[in-house]
Amino acid sequence: MFTDDAGKGGISAGGPGNSAGSSRRSGGDLVQLITPGGERVSHPEFDPWVQDVSDEQLGALYEDMVVIRRIDAEATALQRQGELALWPPLLGQEASQIGSARALRDDDFVFPSYRDNGVAYCRGVNPEDIVKAWRGNALAGWDPYTVNVATQQIIIGAQTLHATGYAMGIQNDGADSVAVAYFGDGATSEGDVNEALVFAASFQSPVVFFCQNNHWAISEPVRLQSHIQIADRAAGFGIPSMRVDGNDVLAVMAATRIATDRARHGGGPTFIEAVTYRMGPHTTADDPTRYRDANELEDWAAKDPIARLKSLLERKGLLTAELETAVAAKADAVAKALRSGTINMPEPQPMDIFKHVYSTPHSPLERQQDHYSRYLASFGDPAEAASEEGAR
Amino acid sequence: MTQMTFARAINSGLRKSLENDPKVILMGEDIGALGGVFRVTDGLQKDFGKHRVVDTPLAESGIMGTAVGLAYRGYRPVVEIQFDGFIYPAFDQIVSQVAKMHYRTQGAVKMPITIRVPFGGGIGSPEHHSESPEAYFTHTSGLRVISVSNPQDAHTMIQQAIASDDPVLYFEPKRRYHDKGEVDESLDLSAALSMEKARVVTEGKDVTLLAYGPLVKTAKDAALAAADEGISIEVIDLRSLAPLDFATLEASVRKTGRLVITHEASQTGGIGAEIAASITERCFYHLEAAPVRVTGFDVPYPYSKLEMHHLPGLDRILDGVDRALGRPNSLSGLEG
Repeated sequence: MFTDDAGKGGISAGGPGNSAGSSRRSGGDLVQLITPGGERVSHPEFDPWVQDVSDEQLGALYEDMVVIRRIDAEATALQRQGELALWPPLLGQEASQIGSARALRDDDFVFPSYRDNGVAYCRGVNPEDIVKAWRGNALAGWDPYTVNVATQQIIIGAQTLHATGYAMGIQNDGADSVAVAYFGDGATSEGDVNEALVFAASFQSPVVFFCQNNHWAISEPVRLQSHIQIADRAAGFGIPSMRVDGNDVLAVMAATRIATDRARHGGGPTFIEAVTYRMGPHTTADDPTRYRDANELEDWAAKDPIARLKSLLERKGLLTAELETAVAAKADAVAKALRSGTINMPEPQPMDIFKHVYSTPHSPLERQQDHYSRYLASFGDPAEAASEEGAR
Repeated sequence: MTQMTFARAINSGLRKSLENDPKVILMGEDIGALGGVFRVTDGLQKDFGKHRVVDTPLAESGIMGTAVGLAYRGYRPVVEIQFDGFIYPAFDQIVSQVAKMHYRTQGAVKMPITIRVPFGGGIGSPEHHSESPEAYFTHTSGLRVISVSNPQDAHTMIQQAIASDDPVLYFEPKRRYHDKGEVDESLDLSAALSMEKARVVTEGKDVTLLAYGPLVKTAKDAALAAADEGISIEVIDLRSLAPLDFATLEASVRKTGRLVITHEASQTGGIGAEIAASITERCFYHLEAAPVRVTGFDVPYPYSKLEMHHLPGLDRILDGVDRALGRPNSLSGLEG
């Protein structure tokens, strides 16, 4: 179980050496390895890719999902208490994010969107760094190169091009790493995503397009974004696709391993549609009762990704009191550290506003900085002046 | 020193950058086998390979966004935007990603991307092929914007732009591509004038005339013509539009007390507006007259048979000089 260092717990890619060629088929069939009731069902093509997942690793995946749900709930609470300005919950998407992120190698590079906090957690981003931007203490909470995760993208779909360009760089370097773009169903309408698919296909770049179809782009249902199943669009670009149950952590992991294996062996890009559901609001500022039916939420609650894995563990006799206690303790500890780290986060200093606009000196900006510093100094105590300025 | 065209001088600078740094990679539409629609990248793909001189799909946002990803991976992409008016599909990636990445990541991720833009009018083109979009980018923090006016600067400054760790927009005056000039290809970059510095190209004492890109030649011609009438114009090639080299501009205006700014781009919110405001703030008591702008009109770029009315020519610039000097001019008698 990966308890101390979330970044090092990645399960290395297993399964057969050559990619499953038949996953090139249209994405119509929803691949599922664990039923909503927690039954492990066999799938001849996908099973080999997760046959190495041990009982202990299943428990670790369970822990990850419980912990990230707890981080999500704690962050929502922190927002309600005024400690965060905003928070985009991932409630319901835990299996999609954990299953895919745990299928990656450390040298792979992830380009996430703002909701992919479970992915960031798996890659080793400190939870308080995850909320830093949402508290307004920075535009982004971490150095991408320390965890091989780009900062979370807010412009919808823009990061799919970054992932593709990064993958082109991997090709030029002769490396076997993979770039992974995370995005949602809404993003598939963006020009950038479509251009990324064109570039990736033309150059056969080692990139995985991981689309979490959570059914809602704020208030717009997925049927408004796509007249056909999203995975089926990939065929038009000449990119093989898979459509998997995004609430099934094993199916997601298998699909991601198939895709990364293909990319590592020169097989080019793959498109994965993970069919899941955003059980919470778009952000803490959103009110889904205005646009969606409560029954829909109930239907999806019955397919909950964590309850599903828990049932599987139970069926296999793995859900011991020991495991449950350890997982609960871990979630408590992470939440407690997140809360205290958030509340005690150092405040940015006024002159930080001028830092890092350029990597080399820029005289007109230095002049503005100098003038603002004189302005603040004119109040006497700069700290007091800054707080008064901020209050306006 | 070698005599060469403007386009060849850029080509030679690109070649040197490709030779000197294996991380330099050229990307764009038709830049490979064709050598670019203006032949600026002629022969480079043949010599450096398809992985370093990359013909891309026809999608400007795609080119810019993948350049961001390559920069993330440690590359120095040099992107060609085929024509000025085709840059807008890439605008979001430039403004929201290229310009902001270094700030967003607190310096962790650098974006050493050079964006080459053939710009400006005067070649009788259809719509979208003659624009001057530089002010959109000078208004955007995080970008550096330069424009070259002669083969030597074109050769030197493309290399300086590529070597810069910040993103640089490099505006090339397409109507000057075939102009020839002496180029010293052995010039040491560190010894060359910084790309952020303006250059006094004609010394004078009566009025300061600021230009960049295609209009530097026109401004120099205007200074020659004015000299016949006993008017001494100091012509400055801005070279860098962001940041502006205020030290050089202020020194000249403090000497002459009069300022004329010319550009092909529209007037409102343009580079001239920024310079006029800043120079007025910085040297108000040295000014003998209000700054004068001689620019393209606030119209969409017109059809080519009318473009010479839109583009500031020698006579319109001299009319502006007369205004700055309080001599009889086309607006004499009008208030303000």
